[in-house]
Amino acid sequence: MSLKLGVPSKGRLMEKTFSWFEKRGITLSRSGSEREYAGKVDGIDGVTLVLLSAGEIPRELASGRIHLGVTGTDLVHEKLPRWEQQVEQVSLLGFGQADLIIATPACWVDVDSLDDLDAVAAAFRKTHGHRLRIATKYHRLVREFLSDAGVADFTLVDSQGATEGTVVNETAEAIADITSTGETLRANHLKILSDGLILKSQATLWRSRVASYDTTDKQILTELLDRLS
Amino acid sequence: MPNRSQIQARAAMMRVRFEAAGAQVVDPPLLQPAEILLDLYGEDIRARAYVTSDALRGEQMLRPDFTLPVVQMHMSEGAEPARYTYSGEVFRRQEHDPDRANEYIQVGYEVFDREDPAGADAEVFSLFALQLRGLRLRAATGDIGILTAAVQGLRTTERRKAALMRHLWRPRRFRVLLDRFSGRKPEPEVRAELLDDTDPMGFDVPMIGKRRASEIEARIEALREDRATPPISDNELTGLEALLTVRETMPFALEQLRDVAVDLPQITPALDRLEARIAALQARGVDVERLDFEAAYGRTSMEYYDGFVFGFYAEGRPDLPPIATGGRYDALTRQLGNGVEIPAVGGVLRPDLMLEIEEVAS
Repeated sequence: MSLKLGVPSKGRLMEKTFSWFEKRGITLSRSGSEREYAGKVDGIDGVTLVLLSAGEIPRELASGRIHLGVTGTDLVHEKLPRWEQQVEQVSLLGFGQADLIIATPACWVDVDSLDDLDAVAAAFRKTHGHRLRIATKYHRLVREFLSDAGVADFTLVDSQGATEGTVVNETAEAIADITSTGETLRANHLKILSDGLILKSQATLWRSRVASYDTTDKQILTELLDRLS
Repeated sequence: MPNRSQIQARAAMMRVRFEAAGAQVVDPPLLQPAEILLDLYGEDIRARAYVTSDALRGEQMLRPDFTLPVVQMHMSEGAEPARYTYSGEVFRRQEHDPDRANEYIQVGYEVFDREDPAGADAEVFSLFALQLRGLRLRAATGDIGILTAAVQGLRTTERRKAALMRHLWRPRRFRVLLDRFSGRKPEPEVRAELLDDTDPMGFDVPMIGKRRASEIEARIEALREDRATPPISDNELTGLEALLTVRETMPFALEQLRDVAVDLPQITPALDRLEARIAALQARGVDVERLDFEAAYGRTSMEYYDGFVFGFYAEGRPDLPPIATGGRYDALTRQLGNGVEIPAVGGVLRPDLMLEIEEVAS
């Protein structure tokens, strides 16, 4: 057996994860061609690199198919309802910072808070005959956040990309999405609600609580965590 | 743990008892159109019900309860008065507690009768008590209609009353609104600035989205009007607060509520209905002197109930959901009946939980 480490398979998240490990004396690399999702680990024995899409890493950790994994707090919280029992946070990696927020059109001068959003949702439904639509891919987090805040008369519409554009296109009235600088929001004439922060996220190394660890795995884990801390 | 066939046998036995009480057996489909459920419960239902779909019928939900299909069936083809009973699976998504079942059997009884609402309330409650006889349970009752009457009779604007009514089932948001309307909480600064602005629509960002400028203007106008409206009086507020804390055995609760009615005279007709219900329960042999009544009962979990509400809970088992729940839902029939309303009261029992607590007891 060996310890399986899941890392995002492409883009800046992968590069930054590689260099984070590199600084700690562990070299992660893709083996073979760019298209092949197999990886190689140098600098420590007994660790296998598994390259996966960042969105699949929470599920792989929760099922115990990987022992360690790097992915955003947002994805873990969204995809694993009882994440505390399935995974343990090992290290915050200090990159990939982003906030999950609720944003409305900037021209809604009468809307600043969730209170306002709720009141507007009620009036909107009466005027337009349907609920106020909020575009997002974070259905569970957004629904729980809004329900806890007592916001009613909204409906979530699925948007897996270009979410900021849904308002201009009139397929949604508001959005809930990840933002780091807020620039895309401003460019799309959207503003963040003053109390609309759902979650602060960043790239995080997680350990699966459900994966099985034999004696060698445990030794390797201790050594690895020692070097990463 | 009881097995599936034991649960089904118990369910069948209970249904036969409801048939003996005059109910007709109905068997609504497992798949329900999602749209009506979403309309009724809002986005929250997605967290509680399993959704599936096909290209022809669109989104469907595995039935999260029986009430809705039974009401629909009655509204489209039923004769009055009517009594129905059913038993079968309902499905509930569980995202937080793996010990809660996501599929279980409910047995239910629903009464559609215009003549004698107090009598129908008492009939349902006493039949349920009979089904549950011998189990160590605590019964709780309440009446959403009293709170509704209190809010609708407040001496304030229709707009404020509508806002409070909309959040009757969300105590926290209700509280926030009440604090604002009574002037206990100051207006947020951002809002004050907006309302003081002589040209709030003179912004330099483009108008985007389906919500039009006229709607924004209308809301600003409404907020300005509201700012000029006097606060809800201390008397009424104290009355509402006193009402919500009433928690007593039935006759004493009625007495306390009669005191509250000095400040909130609008609840008197609802209290007369409560009094008639107490008498009807007594006539059916229910020991009302020992039956709990909480004015705030059913406010958080029972969204479509708007009058009498009740629940039976296993003593010493706070981990278990209620063994039986029910209540009056006249407004639901109004909403589904396109203006036609049929007073209705009913409830459901959980044979699986009944068997479970019997097993532990023996």
